[in-house]
Amino acid sequence: MADVNRGNRPLSPHLQVYRLPLAAITSILNRITGVGMTLAAILIVWWFAAGAFSASYFEVADGLLTSILGHLILIGSLAALWYHMLNSMRHLIWDTGRMMDVETVEKSSYVVFAGTAVLTLLTIIIV
Amino acid sequence: MVQFALPKNSQMRTGKTWPKPETGGKLRKFQIYRWNPDDGKNPQVDTYFVDLDDCGPMVLDALIYIKNKIDPTLTFRRSCREGICGSCAMNIGGQNRLACIFGMDEVTGDVKIYPLPHLPVVKDLVPDLTHFYAQHSSIKPWLETKSNTPAKEWRQSIEDREKLDGLYECVMCACCSTACPSYWWNGDRYLGPASLLHAYRWIIDSRDEATGERLDDLHDPFKLYRCHTIMNCAQTCPKGLNPAKAIAEIKKQMVERTL
Repeated sequence: MADVNRGNRPLSPHLQVYRLPLAAITSILNRITGVGMTLAAILIVWWFAAGAFSASYFEVADGLLTSILGHLILIGSLAALWYHMLNSMRHLIWDTGRMMDVETVEKSSYVVFAGTAVLTLLTIIIV
Repeated sequence: MVQFALPKNSQMRTGKTWPKPETGGKLRKFQIYRWNPDDGKNPQVDTYFVDLDDCGPMVLDALIYIKNKIDPTLTFRRSCREGICGSCAMNIGGQNRLACIFGMDEVTGDVKIYPLPHLPVVKDLVPDLTHFYAQHSSIKPWLETKSNTPAKEWRQSIEDREKLDGLYECVMCACCSTACPSYWWNGDRYLGPASLLHAYRWIIDSRDEATGERLDDLHDPFKLYRCHTIMNCAQTCPKGLNPAKAIAEIKKQMVERTL
């Protein structure tokens, strides 16, 4: 427990030993994708800002974003966007007290992962 | 505060490997967390071997085997050996279980046993639950009434009684709260799944007349709303209860009463 006076007692291991269930992994991924998308949004704004600044500066930014690394970052952000949206929809359902039993949570975790993969691929194909 | 690494005095070392029993049966390897308050050393993980032909099937049987036949200094809590007292809660194979009703065969590989996570350790597998119990008492886990006491008992319809199913069975073993990352990082102010499940058990009780006060007390960014529906509590509960759902129902009542 954080900030509880332990005296000279050790703190028992937590993340070091806990085997996180699938639902816990979907939960931390929701945070990671949220933070990741914020960084990606800054990157996109920088791209636009560079375009507004000068043609030569735009070339630098555009060169980075259309490179292989840039593509990987953008595809990652796209997957993060779909993942975050699908998982947040699941959170909305949970907020009504529905679909919260352990078996359904496990199933819906797989649905979120599969949905992310399908929607990401579809977006890449269509756009 | 989120602190991923263990403090210096809590980091574990490889400990002693105890001699194998020579009774000739099939052996199973156990790795068990040890910490002795008297020797000033860091915690260590000792290795033991249990003769499965000379031992019952549950993890608690193995712990008692080790204490009786190999190492009498191994310290752990146990009492009822049938999953109703909640004493032998510990982290077994990476998840929180009651050792008495958790079979060794449910773990693959070596059986690794640690105390309940993110708590101060008193000795070996015995954690300090003082703060956990204080949080439980803070939600007033008893019937609060304002009307006059009836001549006989406080009555309740069968339907209202059914609302307590899945809540009253909690044995306060602390498996859920100590499985919760939110409770690890904010356990000083976040009440945790066990206390919140108990809070809901009284909020939903048709005989209780302090529902409003109970909700007022929980209306706090930390006490209730540090639950992020990570669901570790429901996954780990040895009694098959669902504290996450109870917490969602409290959050719903918070919204409904403002509508």
